[in-house]
Amino acid sequence: MQSTYIYFIPGAMKLQKNIAISESGFVFNPGSGESFILNRTGKNILELLRDNKMFEEIIELMMGEYEVDRIVLEKSILDFISVLKSYGLLEKEPASAN
Amino acid sequence: MSKRKLNIAITGLNNTDNPGPGIPVIRGLKESEAFEARIIGLAYENLEPGIYMKDLVDKAYQIPYPSSGSQNLMQRLEQIHARESIDVLIPNLDAELYTFMMSARKLEEMGIHTFLPTLEQFEERHKANLPSYGEKYGIRVPASMAIIGHEAIASLSDEFEYPVLVKGKFYDAYLAYNPEQVAMYYNKISAKWGVPVIIQEFIKGTEVNVVALGDGKGNTIAAVPMRKQYITDKGKAWSGITLADGQMIELTRQLITQTRWRGGMELEMIKTSDEKYYMIEINPRIPAWVYLAVAAGQNIPEALVKMALGMDVQPFSTYQVGKMFIRYSYDLIGDIKQFEKLSIQGEL
Repeated sequence: MQSTYIYFIPGAMKLQKNIAISESGFVFNPGSGESFILNRTGKNILELLRDNKMFEEIIELMMGEYEVDRIVLEKSILDFISVLKSYGLLEKEPASAN
Repeated sequence: MSKRKLNIAITGLNNTDNPGPGIPVIRGLKESEAFEARIIGLAYENLEPGIYMKDLVDKAYQIPYPSSGSQNLMQRLEQIHARESIDVLIPNLDAELYTFMMSARKLEEMGIHTFLPTLEQFEERHKANLPSYGEKYGIRVPASMAIIGHEAIASLSDEFEYPVLVKGKFYDAYLAYNPEQVAMYYNKISAKWGVPVIIQEFIKGTEVNVVALGDGKGNTIAAVPMRKQYITDKGKAWSGITLADGQMIELTRQLITQTRWRGGMELEMIKTSDEKYYMIEINPRIPAWVYLAVAAGQNIPEALVKMALGMDVQPFSTYQVGKMFIRYSYDLIGDIKQFEKLSIQGEL
């Protein structure tokens, strides 16, 4: 049976201002003082987020770079984004009006 | 042009794993571009490491504990002053501040300048007064209660959810998960620091601190925020990093403006995951990590000395973000002759 993935594409995916990403993949959040080490793929995604790329654009750009199923890539990036959110690296989504 | 020479007396030379601020303060003073500091170290114990750091402490004297009476302490300071001609005195320990504040006028008459908080500023920020302090100045603080006996422990669960923090009035804090642990820590703390012992709501989050300097007129001369990166089993920062945190700076400015804080201070806060700040403690002196602020561009000890001498000091406007400190331990080699001299003559 073919499985069906249901997920929500995040609305706001903007990287927090001032996040420093070095060539080596070392990431520093000057607001919290926390630092992280990313591999090349993670660093690429962070740089794309910093350049204000939308989710679909990131998928398209990475599909051109990696040999990967689209569905696997989408899920992996969504997982990665949720990790970035949990570490406070993304800007907070504005509270809903209702 | 040669720099003005100043004799500066400093306490808190206990540069141990629970360090006093003396040595970091001295490092800042020695780097001053405005004056040349000759450091007179004042020590309570004859094994305070700073006494033996000859590159930082030019002369060391033993002084009596304030608990032996302020008269004894002042007499000893008069003797030292007669020999050393002290220009400025920077007391760095919580437990001695009251005595020095009470004696500030006498010290001034002797020609020894200080730059300390007023008695009112000192008293109202006591841990036991934190709830009313928070209310008065509109600062978010954890719920807390001062207790003076075991009777209050059983009913703590009416007011607090466990775990709670059990704190001494000057130092020490332990996390207690049940009334039995509260009783155990109560005994431990009250035996060392007396009562009251403070029971405080435990706020989950990141521990962040600000070292600041107020001019006594409501102006913030310096403020540098830091996050502890590594905390020892005594709750002391073993490593920390300066932050770009506008909210912490703004909170500090508001507090200094409202209280017209005079002197050095350390604000201890908890930042929760939803980015709320809770003030958990206000220390009325420069903290032991002050050298991080010096390295980040705000020489707070130097500015404090200038203000003690009535010099004009412009507020610092910037500091470097991402500066780190890492403490280390190091075996100083001394000689029994030094120990003998200090023990017998009270000076080195």
